[in-house]
Amino acid sequence: MIDLIVSVFLLAGASFMLLAAIGIVRLPDLPTRMHASTKAAAMGAMFIMGSVSFYFSDSVVFARAFAIVIFILITSPIAAHVIGRAGYFTGTPLWDGTVKDQLRENYDPDTHRLLSGFEGSSENSTTPTKTDPPGQP
Amino acid sequence: MIPYAINIVYFMLSLALILAFVRLTRGPSLPDRVVALELIASIVVGYVGVHAIDTGVSSLLDVAIVIALTAFLAAIGFASFLEKGGTKND
Repeated sequence: MIDLIVSVFLLAGASFMLLAAIGIVRLPDLPTRMHASTKAAAMGAMFIMGSVSFYFSDSVVFARAFAIVIFILITSPIAAHVIGRAGYFTGTPLWDGTVKDQLRENYDPDTHRLLSGFEGSSENSTTPTKTDPPGQP
Repeated sequence: MIPYAINIVYFMLSLALILAFVRLTRGPSLPDRVVALELIASIVVGYVGVHAIDTGVSSLLDVAIVIALTAFLAAIGFASFLEKGGTKND
């Protein structure tokens, strides 16, 4: 029974990691690639650590695997956020089929300041304040 | 049952490493390469876990912790390097 659980968890984790790798090759631009790689790779690592703790069936090993899972769950979104922020600041081009880029209307690339669009008086509050494309500081 | 599953999993993780390496070499900008590096580190964490099951040495999980930590620090360092004004498009 333990063998079955370990095998299924291992195969599931490896499938998620392979899916992340396929996504990072196939998807067109930086945010979609991060969307593929961070979540699926964290899920794959969680499955593999679960199979490790099932295989050894030891409280110390379980604590270590649990620590790895918690660490991955904390650091993976932070790293993705920081890399995506840096990529947007340096003007990485988005995909041609991108429908909406909300940051581009309200973000000032010179001062790194994000406007809400409601800074002026309440009458003309819906006009975007700056429409320059990002990446030319 | 477990040895067959471990062989299949080694094959799949190696394929994932090759695909991530393709993105690492082909990536048009530096953030793409950083994302590929982070994915490679995550795959290696999984690889170390599978190797711990394969050899029965549970101490290898410490290696996985260290690899995850260094990958996170490398991602933060690359991001701050980009924001401080590194190469825009290599």
